[in-house]
Amino acid sequence: MPVKLSPSALKQTRWYEYGVRFLLGGLATVLAGIASTCFGVAVGGLFLALPAIFCASATLIDSHERRAKEKAGLSGRRRGQQAAALDAAGAGLGSIGLAAFASVFYVMISTTAIGAFAAAILAWTAVSVSAWWLRRKLRMTSHAERLGRSARRRNFFP
Amino acid sequence: MTEYLLRFVAGGLIVSAFAILGDMLRPKSFAGLLGAAPSVALATLSIAVVQHGPRYVAAESWTMIYGAIALACYSLAVCHLLMRFHLAALPATVVAFIVWLVVAFGLLAGFGGVA
Repeated sequence: MPVKLSPSALKQTRWYEYGVRFLLGGLATVLAGIASTCFGVAVGGLFLALPAIFCASATLIDSHERRAKEKAGLSGRRRGQQAAALDAAGAGLGSIGLAAFASVFYVMISTTAIGAFAAAILAWTAVSVSAWWLRRKLRMTSHAERLGRSARRRNFFP
Repeated sequence: MTEYLLRFVAGGLIVSAFAILGDMLRPKSFAGLLGAAPSVALATLSIAVVQHGPRYVAAESWTMIYGAIALACYSLAVCHLLMRFHLAALPATVVAFIVWLVVAFGLLAGFGGVA
């Protein structure tokens, strides 16, 4: 499946769900500031990669999938868990990009602030997308190998 | 107080923008990349660079690398709790937060911050 941008997917989200994300995002940013002030810059830095919003996103994905299945008269529990797990797998790959963001920012900040932000965002995008693409290719290759092995087995032992 | 209000609004807006983009993207595993977007970092580092200067934010971004490694472990833990232990999303993400805390503070204790 190619990467697609589907604005109609926004209809699934209820207005208060945007409010929850805004609130959690704001609180996580305030928390990072408080951590820096109270416990020092090193602890504050850890909180820049806090999974505060992930909790809300995964829960919303779970409930959206569950709702969609229940509308069709089926139990959507397992489907919701699978969708949230897929989102978590994506976040895992994105966190490699986040480490690249922080590394590039650390190297570049002594020269230029705006350049550091631009280069760090580019690094995050490039590394995250590459990691996702690589994982997809590896999965497709191993899936094709599995299919090939089972087809060969069927031919040998009909 | 004004500083924290500014942080709250900036953080909320950036996080919401990434979340909306994530909602629109397909497939879901690709949209999940935005779950680890540097939204809180962008808001915090922009304010910190104006307030404290480049050396301060350099130190902050160094330990952010530990936080990102902890986030990778956290995501993996959430995945396992959902698929193997059949937990719902909310308890899985809350329980796995322990993993984030242990890995992040473990790395900080082991390797330290920037001198």
